[in-house]
Amino acid sequence: MAGFILKRLLQAIFVVLAVTLIVSFAIRLSGDPAIMLTGAGSVTEQDLQNIRKALGLDRPFAVQYLGFLKGIFVGDFGRSFMGGTPVSLLISKALPATLLLAFTSLLTSIVLSVPLGIYAAVNRGRWPDQLVRVISLVGLSFPNFWLAIMMVLFFSITLGLLPPSGMEGPESFIMPALTMAIILTATNVRLVRTSMLETLSQQYIMVARSKGLKDRVVLYKHALRNSAIPLVTYIGLQFGGLIGGIVIVERVFNWPGMGTLAFDAISARDYPVLQGSITVLALFIVLINLLVDIAYGLIDPRIRTE
Amino acid sequence: MSGETVKHVPVGEPLLSVRSLSVEFGSAEGAFRAVKNVSFDVQPGKTLAVVGESGSGKSVTSLAIMRLTDYTGGRISSGEVLFRPSKGQALDLVHAADTSLRSIRGNEIAMIFQEPMTSLNPVFTVGNQIAETLVLHEGLSAREALARAEALLEKVRLPDAKKLLDRYPHQLSGGMRQRVMIAMALACNPKLLIADEPTTALDVTIQAQILNIIRDLQQEMGTAVIFITHDMGVVAEMADDVVVMWKGEKVEEAPVREIFAAPKHPYTRALLSAVPRLGSMTGQPLPKRTPVIVIEDGAPKEVGETHVQDTADYAKPILQVDKMTTRFDVGKTFFGRVTHRVHAVEEVSFDIYPGETLALVGESGSGKSTIGRTLQQLIEPTGGTVRFDGHDMGSMSSAERRRLKQEIQYIFQDPFASLDPRHTIGFSVAEPIVVHNLLQDRKAIDRRVQELLDQVGLLPQHAKRYPHEFSGGQRQRVCIARALASNPKLIIADESVSALDVSIQAQIVNLLMELQQQKDLSYLFITHDMAVVEKISHRVAVMYLGQIVEIGTRQAVFENPQHSYTRKLLAAVPIADPARERAKRLIEGEIPSAVRPVGQEPLIHRMREVEPGHWVAIEADLLRGAA
Repeated sequence: MAGFILKRLLQAIFVVLAVTLIVSFAIRLSGDPAIMLTGAGSVTEQDLQNIRKALGLDRPFAVQYLGFLKGIFVGDFGRSFMGGTPVSLLISKALPATLLLAFTSLLTSIVLSVPLGIYAAVNRGRWPDQLVRVISLVGLSFPNFWLAIMMVLFFSITLGLLPPSGMEGPESFIMPALTMAIILTATNVRLVRTSMLETLSQQYIMVARSKGLKDRVVLYKHALRNSAIPLVTYIGLQFGGLIGGIVIVERVFNWPGMGTLAFDAISARDYPVLQGSITVLALFIVLINLLVDIAYGLIDPRIRTE
Repeated sequence: MSGETVKHVPVGEPLLSVRSLSVEFGSAEGAFRAVKNVSFDVQPGKTLAVVGESGSGKSVTSLAIMRLTDYTGGRISSGEVLFRPSKGQALDLVHAADTSLRSIRGNEIAMIFQEPMTSLNPVFTVGNQIAETLVLHEGLSAREALARAEALLEKVRLPDAKKLLDRYPHQLSGGMRQRVMIAMALACNPKLLIADEPTTALDVTIQAQILNIIRDLQQEMGTAVIFITHDMGVVAEMADDVVVMWKGEKVEEAPVREIFAAPKHPYTRALLSAVPRLGSMTGQPLPKRTPVIVIEDGAPKEVGETHVQDTADYAKPILQVDKMTTRFDVGKTFFGRVTHRVHAVEEVSFDIYPGETLALVGESGSGKSTIGRTLQQLIEPTGGTVRFDGHDMGSMSSAERRRLKQEIQYIFQDPFASLDPRHTIGFSVAEPIVVHNLLQDRKAIDRRVQELLDQVGLLPQHAKRYPHEFSGGQRQRVCIARALASNPKLIIADESVSALDVSIQAQIVNLLMELQQQKDLSYLFITHDMAVVEKISHRVAVMYLGQIVEIGTRQAVFENPQHSYTRKLLAAVPIADPARERAKRLIEGEIPSAVRPVGQEPLIHRMREVEPGHWVAIEADLLRGAA
């Protein structure tokens, strides 16, 4: 197990390095921050060159990239081109907001999809199963931005129950988290159902029943843990998609998280902020997947002893 | 189900009484009746064998007794199952409330299932799984339950019971898992044990051990047993009474000796005629085809002819295997250095002659299938030479190697998995012809396919059908037709009849022998089934841990076995004859593993010739190698 984790850690380092390289390179193709800063037209070429020099953009790409890498190791991502705030400060403000949103929605979706998925699997082919499947298909069919806007229209504008945007109190959480959770639940419920059906057809489930155990014990003790491997794998993969989806949801609800930060940085060609935020997000995704690998071993002894 | 019915059954009556039980699957309109009006009694402490082939409804019956069919989409449409628990009155399990049913399951009636590899939950320890039953039914604390679990593991003769409690199922062999399963089933001293094909998936020496354990514990604890099986040999060894099932119905019921001595129903007679009996060929030097009784339109009919298989020509071998070695790397360090190897095949030498069947017998892990795959060029050998028709395989060009694939064909074990479900069987049979470019004209290919189907006893119009439209036996015929398509000289049959019902198996064995005679085919017949080997083979090679320990004519090996492992293997085979004394010989121990650390090479034992053509490994070498 230790060797396995070590191998994964090495892989993870390479992944993060590759991400930083691609991001720093790609953003430099997207346009000139000096023009963005000044507003095109009203300055001379000399002014632009001075700005580039001040921002360090006149150096070769390799030098800029290595400087960025060196910064990462000491936790210094440089300063924003817009106003000079340290990037690490911006990230430390935005990251908790995003993680809070991501984990709340993930947790909500697990709490909802596990019992629903099991219920559907047990009643395979009967009406509760059909109902769960139809509802999940409906949930899957909504684009998240549309769902977010509809929620704002209904809960904030029509009913006036929830604040339409920002992060003001616990009630600000409900709509963004719910938007994400609905989409996640729609996929997870199907996954739990399929995985449970597979497990329930195994002989050890019949053996558990022949021992006289209650249905609840058979399902939640004997079956669920065996069905958890594909679910945990999928949640690991989902986390990447979740971060992508969060950018849009954060925009709609004006949520001050990493998505908003990165989005604004792209618009402004704010290289340090973009590099920094993408690197941190990549780091998190890689970390989550590492945790997923470790979780396998905890769930399934067959992997542990390999 | 509700409305508990309590029936009074006087003392001295059967422990379990199944009365006109019917079980249906599917919707009420299009219901399929898997079990039809089946009735039988089980006496306390006795063993009832329920025998039948696939689709006979025997497993559904076994599940229906504890109403486990509720979980498989089955519905008990009529009948009752009266059970006399140790306390209280007899109870109809069909109409019992869920709570009383649960108090009987695992407590008064316990069950053992067929597949030991999948019947234990992979994520819980052995100790946990046994203790669970005890905590549930006897209200023991976790610690008390684990102590009892340890005692139970000792009872099923598992060594090192204490350590075993903390092991997970995947760390145990199939035989050990089945013993754990038995320990779990017997945890609460049930009055009735239902065993559904408990030894079918196990090696024959392990099967013998498990049967002994079940028999001993049954006597010790006075447990009644319902033994579900398709194996008449096991029936003869285990049963007091026998119920024969066919197509969902009980066709015959009698004490075990009567069933074997004077079967009444035509199906029972057909079944018994198909069972290969070890020892039936004693005194005969060559394999022999014998007619099989099949049921056609409800009436028994004899098919096939008696024919001595004098097909082998010992002038010049078609295949010569010399010191073939095949190893696989398994364990690796962090830096990719190999630490362990599977020594699947170690310096194995044998010849096969034209028209001859050489049987390669051994238990799981003996390396017999690896030899087959190596000859089929699916695996590269680590060492040794293979000559086909005098040509060295190692020095062949790739075109010659392709040509060799045409000469050596393969029939696999599982006829369900070895045909592409998305192609017609005509396509599958034609494939070798197309691949080897034997015929170009579409019409000629079609004609050839129809001819091949005819040869294996199928109809030409079957070519347009898909595999799922055929039964297991028919599919195996398709696989044989495909193997014949490229006009091979040698066919490797890897457990090709093991998954088939005995009546089908007998017909396929006859077909293989008939084809051998017609086409002068050689077979390498890989199997664990000694009774089939006795019927089909000219010569036999017995494999153990990657090496041949005994090789000779079938008559020599079966009638004069010299190696202790050959003797053990033969003694372990259940004989379909209840009048015969039950083998008391103790077969102990697991089959050792062929995985060894790098650097620890297995010892290659020397062979000595005990009579012309009959070679045996010198056992002192083997013992040194094991130490």
